[in-house]
Amino acid sequence: MIRVEHLSVSYGAVKALQDVSLEATPGLITAVLGANGAGKTTLLRTISGLVAPQSGNILLGDTSLLRTPAENIARMGVAHVPEGRGVIEELTVEENLRLGALASKVNMSEGLEAQYAQFPVLGDRRKMHCATLSGGERQMLAMARALISQPRVLLLDEPSLGLAPLVTAELMKSIRQLCESKNLTVILVEQNAKSALRIAHNAVVLHLGSVVASGDAKTVADDEDLRRYYLGLVEQ
Amino acid sequence: MSSFLTSSFMHNIFGGLSQGVIYALVALSLVIIWQSTHILNFAQGAMAMFATYIGMTELDRGINYWWCVLISVVVGMILGGLTERVLIRPLYGKSEINPIVVMVGFLGVIEAVTTAIWTGTTRNVTEPFSQVYYLSNDKIILLSPFNIFQIVLAVTIMLLVAALFRFTKLGLQLRASALAPEVARLLGVRVNRMLTIGWMLSAGVGAIAAVIIASGNFGLFPTDMNGIFVAGFIAAAVGGLESPIGAIAGGLLIGLAEQFILAYWSPNVAPLGGIIILVIALMIRPQGIFTKKVGRRV
Repeated sequence: MIRVEHLSVSYGAVKALQDVSLEATPGLITAVLGANGAGKTTLLRTISGLVAPQSGNILLGDTSLLRTPAENIARMGVAHVPEGRGVIEELTVEENLRLGALASKVNMSEGLEAQYAQFPVLGDRRKMHCATLSGGERQMLAMARALISQPRVLLLDEPSLGLAPLVTAELMKSIRQLCESKNLTVILVEQNAKSALRIAHNAVVLHLGSVVASGDAKTVADDEDLRRYYLGLVEQ
Repeated sequence: MSSFLTSSFMHNIFGGLSQGVIYALVALSLVIIWQSTHILNFAQGAMAMFATYIGMTELDRGINYWWCVLISVVVGMILGGLTERVLIRPLYGKSEINPIVVMVGFLGVIEAVTTAIWTGTTRNVTEPFSQVYYLSNDKIILLSPFNIFQIVLAVTIMLLVAALFRFTKLGLQLRASALAPEVARLLGVRVNRMLTIGWMLSAGVGAIAAVIIASGNFGLFPTDMNGIFVAGFIAAAVGGLESPIGAIAGGLLIGLAEQFILAYWSPNVAPLGGIIILVIALMIRPQGIFTKKVGRRV
């Protein structure tokens, strides 16, 4: 479980997040929605320790993650798939996966086999350099690399970015399955509100660094004003 | 066959390779640091020379040559790690000129301290192998047991470094830290530690080069490595600073070029050999012979 309490983050004079609070529960997907510049990516980067907050707190279970280096947060079971997926192109598929498992206590060969079973395409391409992968394959690799360490928390930053609608639908479905089957705490940051709301249990809407709405996904999805002004789901 | 080995062409090949492997080692050590921290370590040669002084003064106390080599390498690695921690770490994220200024200053400090401790006179280091050239039918083959030792040692070190990067967990983490430090951190890699280890590794490779130089004809003196550093730097630039294989190829190329210019043109022009190759390489492939010209995508 991840609890964000009154979090504020600034980049110099620019306030990226102001007094943001949210809670993400195991087995549920919490969608974080909002336009460009709403602070979604900053929120994830702060949770995973890449950005230091000005005030507020972040709790993983009962442990505060404040002032914990990013690599230690990762080792505590928080897997962050960054925007653009963070696949290291110069390495092979298998090297990327190995890297994901190194910091955990997972048995390497079992972990690899489990991921190849889940994503057969990756098994076929294990010796290939990642520069040769398509966008969808990269997203699969990024997911597999995060999952191989058997994390408790999965932070996904715009996983649908650059993917065809059909691939996105497939991806969203598998996120939901993974979340439920592995009892993962998932925080899903998306600009593509429609796709995200289809699978999310809860949703938080950010606007210019502040929370403007939060609740269960259905309520958010049905709110005319939110749809119109913050989620871009209604033709204006 | 034997007349081929004693031909002047093969003289130059042997001479060029013996010198080239040293350049290659220095170039490789520079590339290891460049890849991980994008810093050109101008003090690389001096650090290696200093470590060799510490190791080789143990010879005076009757310690076995090979132990002295080991001491030099270990001291070199410790010095490399400390340099990264103390001098370089505060400069990450600052202007690129800062580490250059600091390392050039450090180069001066090391050479001054070395002279203060051990004086500037050349120290002779017992050679581990004979430097007398082999003969074939009373003709000289321009290769001595010592030359063979230096080539074998250098190639072994290169293979070990390659294997470390390619096949070990540590190597994978070192590569990931260099290629994508932020992603590596998100996967739990202790990137700061990897940077220190990279500097240690690099300084260890540099120390091997300095040990070979000091054990050869010229002995050990405070500015021992300056010329070697310049040649190694040119080799790394020719190969493309991103590529360890390019660095090694560049080193061999420059060793051979110097030797052939020395033989067929003039010994006075030989030191220009590296520069000539650098100019040609920069004109044809400014990104380096072995660097792929791709924009990094994240």
